[in-house]
Amino acid sequence: MRAGDRLCDEVREGGSLITVKARGRRSGIGRLARREERSAYLFLLPWLGGLLAFWIVPILWSIALSGSDWDIISSPHWVGLANFKEMLFDDRHFWLAIRVTLKYMLLSVPLYMVVGLLLSLLLNLKIRGMNVFRTILFIPSVLSGVAVAVLWVALLNPDVGALNEVLRAIGIHNPPRWLASPTWAVPSVVLIGLWGVGGGAIIWLAGLQNIGAQLYEAALLDGAGPWERFRYVTFPMLTPTLLFVLLTSLIDAFQVFDTAFIVSGAQGAVGDSLRFYLLNVWYEGFQNGRLGYASAESWVLVLAAAFVILLIFKTSGRWVYYEYDPERER
Amino acid sequence: MRTVEAAPTVGAPRRVVPRHSKWRVRPRRLLFRVSMYLVLLALSAFILLPAGWMLNAALKPDLEPVFTPNPQWWPTHFWHWENFGRVLTGTGVNEPFPFLRYTINTTVIVVGNILGILISCSLVGFAFARLRFRGSKVLFYVLIVTMLIPWQALMVPQFLMFFKFGWYGSYLPLIVPSFGGLAFFIFLIRQYMRTIPRDLDDAARVDGLNTWQIFWRIILPLSTPVLTVCAVFTFLWNWNNLLGPLLYLDNQDKFTVAIGLASLVHRSDTPWNLMMAANLLSIVPPIVVYFFAQKKLIGGIASVGLKG
Repeated sequence: MRAGDRLCDEVREGGSLITVKARGRRSGIGRLARREERSAYLFLLPWLGGLLAFWIVPILWSIALSGSDWDIISSPHWVGLANFKEMLFDDRHFWLAIRVTLKYMLLSVPLYMVVGLLLSLLLNLKIRGMNVFRTILFIPSVLSGVAVAVLWVALLNPDVGALNEVLRAIGIHNPPRWLASPTWAVPSVVLIGLWGVGGGAIIWLAGLQNIGAQLYEAALLDGAGPWERFRYVTFPMLTPTLLFVLLTSLIDAFQVFDTAFIVSGAQGAVGDSLRFYLLNVWYEGFQNGRLGYASAESWVLVLAAAFVILLIFKTSGRWVYYEYDPERER
Repeated sequence: MRTVEAAPTVGAPRRVVPRHSKWRVRPRRLLFRVSMYLVLLALSAFILLPAGWMLNAALKPDLEPVFTPNPQWWPTHFWHWENFGRVLTGTGVNEPFPFLRYTINTTVIVVGNILGILISCSLVGFAFARLRFRGSKVLFYVLIVTMLIPWQALMVPQFLMFFKFGWYGSYLPLIVPSFGGLAFFIFLIRQYMRTIPRDLDDAARVDGLNTWQIFWRIILPLSTPVLTVCAVFTFLWNWNNLLGPLLYLDNQDKFTVAIGLASLVHRSDTPWNLMMAANLLSIVPPIVVYFFAQKKLIGGIASVGLKG
């Protein structure tokens, strides 16, 4: 028995020695392995081609563009860091776009996360007819930003929209002018997003359903009430989901486009109060034709997003609890 | 606070309460259930009422303002179902906006993308899941990184590249990139294919099948669930995509539903009833797909969440 094991070990070691040597000579990994490798690269070919054409080349190109004043029509000039200097010191719209995006982010991210979590707790109840409610509440998450925005532009119309009619009917004589008011425009977009919060609840729900029932049993035996069970069982077990939702909702908030585009061009909206960052980039690049400048602006967006993502990942070790940690297991 | 109480009921053991009480109506529990139903009904109304209002607005005649001082929540005179026909053919607006045309255009783009995604992502996912090759680790890291880079960084240079190719104004920039695969789908497919037992491959090799035949005859047919999820997501994302068509399409005949709708909204003389009819038509395909693929779709979204 033991001898057999040792023999096996020796063969294994010997085998690996052979492969190590063979790698050096590059010829002897074996005919089969070589053939497998060749076919693997053939299978990878579409992705490798796409990676080169649609990622690597554009990335290099866009770094070069960020330092130029190209507008497609005339030939590009190298302007160095002038684009970034203009952004920082000389571009009202750039700072406006940052303010609008930050305001939206601070309002929407915490709100959507709390509401999404509460909604998922509700949808996790074991009561009859729950499938119907889930189906209804998830509908908005498959609709396009355009369709949702078009619908809400009509509902939020300040003079004759349905929402203000209801508000007047219940005695509020001076309801907000919603999308047409500089103060209420961003909160209105947050409200529109709230309509589709069911999509976020799906992810929370999946997290909830992954929590083992035995944890609740143990908590009950220890005499934990509903709040303690949430505070000491549900919530810690949901922190990985929390991390994921936090990251994706921040990234989404950086990239608001559809709603802002529809609303800012629709009847009865005020132009600049919804100049979200990405919309601003689009205006600069594709309306004003300043592609070099737009490219520089989109790099600022990418760097800001990367900074926030890294910051969250760095701190996540302190507040995210993983029940099963494959690294620690070994 | 009520909702907080909800979670533990999932697997709360029965033995904590005396057995017979299961069949007795306990006032506190009943009150809780009733209030939960009320909250759920209110939330459903919050979703459904705007949609119902949209249908109501779409069925009104042109001249009657949709917005009356006392809003009518239901059409009182006639239901103008022909509004949908007018939107589809594009009659009744100063400039024609044929939504039937837009629907066909969008379908072309969607089908092209689904083909591209399914072909490329299944090939690449197969290689990452089941083939051994040097550099597989490095390439997999590259794949993950491309999943994290926001594509906005590439919006301008990609536009310029396709412009130089002479693809501006055609569907090529909207379809061709899908044949290069999408990191997220490659990742999903790889995860799925890794769960298929290896013995199948070995048995097939003994029977003399080569790698391509193993992929085509054995692994691919077993992967239809994950491929369906990818196809459904590709459909939804492309059907709903606004920015892509907005960058590349300049000719009204080639518009998709999303930009058709956007430009309809951005004109000052569009009657509200037609705008709402067009909007309703635009959401029918995603909703139909949602109802058929609901389980898979929600499972797909949920599995994405678990990666966190």
